[in-house]
Amino acid sequence: MWTSDLTLMMLEGVRDTLLMTLLSTFFGYLLGLPWGIALAVTDKTGIRPNAAVYKALDVLANILRSVPFLILLILVMPLTRMIVGKTTGSIATIVPLTIAAAPFIGRMIESSIKEVDHGVVEAAQSMGADTFTIIWKVLLVEARTSILVGVTIAIGTILGYSAMAGVVGGGGLGDIAMRYGYYRYETLIMIVSVVLLVVLVQIFQTLGMRLSVKLDKRK
Amino acid sequence: MAEMIEVHSLSKTFETDEGRVEALQDISLSIEAGDIYGIIGMSGAGKSTLVRCLNFLERPTSGTVCIGGKDLSTLSRAELLRTRREISMIFQHFNLLMQKSVIDNICFPLVIAGVKKKDARKRAEELLEIVELSEKAAAYPSQLSGGQKQRVAIARALAANPKILLCDEATSALDPRTTQSILQLLKEINQKYGITIVIITHEMSVVREICSHVAIIGEGRLVEQGRVSDIFAHPKTAEAKELILKGSGTERRTLEDRQRELMKGKSCIRIVFSVNSSFEPVIANMILRFGQPINILRADTRNVEGIARGEMILSLPDDPGMQEEMKAYLTERGLAVEEVNGYVDE
Repeated sequence: MWTSDLTLMMLEGVRDTLLMTLLSTFFGYLLGLPWGIALAVTDKTGIRPNAAVYKALDVLANILRSVPFLILLILVMPLTRMIVGKTTGSIATIVPLTIAAAPFIGRMIESSIKEVDHGVVEAAQSMGADTFTIIWKVLLVEARTSILVGVTIAIGTILGYSAMAGVVGGGGLGDIAMRYGYYRYETLIMIVSVVLLVVLVQIFQTLGMRLSVKLDKRK
Repeated sequence: MAEMIEVHSLSKTFETDEGRVEALQDISLSIEAGDIYGIIGMSGAGKSTLVRCLNFLERPTSGTVCIGGKDLSTLSRAELLRTRREISMIFQHFNLLMQKSVIDNICFPLVIAGVKKKDARKRAEELLEIVELSEKAAAYPSQLSGGQKQRVAIARALAANPKILLCDEATSALDPRTTQSILQLLKEINQKYGITIVIITHEMSVVREICSHVAIIGEGRLVEQGRVSDIFAHPKTAEAKELILKGSGTERRTLEDRQRELMKGKSCIRIVFSVNSSFEPVIANMILRFGQPINILRADTRNVEGIARGEMILSLPDDPGMQEEMKAYLTERGLAVEEVNGYVDE
């Protein structure tokens, strides 16, 4: 039977999932944005080529991205305990989520920036713009639409990961689906959780795409 | 006159996966302040590399580039960035910031130079007036035509009061008529502000139109240089001859463009003669009657539905009263009269 307690639980699940997803996305960009910028700028076609820096960031991104998320979740537990004080619950899950998201976000930023027309960068260089100005006022501005599409993709992916964290007591809708649906065979609760996850992804996808189209001045 | 740009035995070699490519070899040239200097060559001749060496977007492998007496290779990075603000550049594909409005694009070099936002906007508005695009201030580049984009790029290039304007195939993506108007604008800028202009092109017509001096580049080497009039009259090398010959194909087009240029700002009418109106020497009589010279810009016959009709474009005297009387005179004599002032469009 569906009770009001269950409704409350589901609402809390939605809240926790949103909290985990949005905070992890935020921290993911805090790390991934400079990472991606550094990758794009130091690559040999970038504005300040630096083979050593590029290689280091490139390898680190590859390593982190090749570790399956569930394994990463367990591997970083000591770090999680250090930062949050515990390894279960929604807040604790933000740590592995951020670590998993950052290199992936870095790669997306790198590719968005590399899409920027080299001619525009050259124009800025011919005006005497320094590297910081080119990054801040040319690359990030011109790549804006592509970066926003990336944010939309990142939110969807992180939301999926956050549900996976339910396996080790992560909190949120994934946790509910896992505990009730899987361990206690309450199929209805599992289905409701999954439907809610789908709805959330849909909302973010639609909002993100609308915003990116609206901000694109290329028509 | 002082030497604004002095290039001495410049060479540029690129290391590619396929091996060494000698893009430029032993190029020396000097460009005086206030010149419009053309650098012409077939595609792949190395002229784009050469122009990028002038502001050190490409560092020469050997040789020197002096701008206003300063050897660029001796400058620190900060000094080089500052010097680049005196050397503007416009491009074949305009290279405007697509996500920024026209006015923000023009403000951009000023922002880089650290000018206050309010002052930058004021300067940008002045520049928009110079390039006749004031009404497009809030538009985005994607909403503009090619010619308009290049005008914005020119305004942007002028924003920081440069001494030199480098044009890298600036008219190559434009149709002949737009090319003409952009070249006129460059000429005006050169005369009004005394900015030294370097024009990279593969079209002889561009050089002939506005350049005072020209250097011909072939396969990375400087093959001929001098005054445009001299090279035109006596081309010495095979490359020069070939470029001049190739350039004459566009003669007809530029003639028509000239005509449009003449019509700009003048009061022009187009008259069509039908069979009935050709008995009387109308134009001759009109000139005698009004005692005013009439400039015939074009005369042609056209076959319209199997009947030959004469067509003329006349430039009338500036006096509006006189114009009205002349139009009335022509209409009275059974001619179709039509104003063609809006002919010049972009």
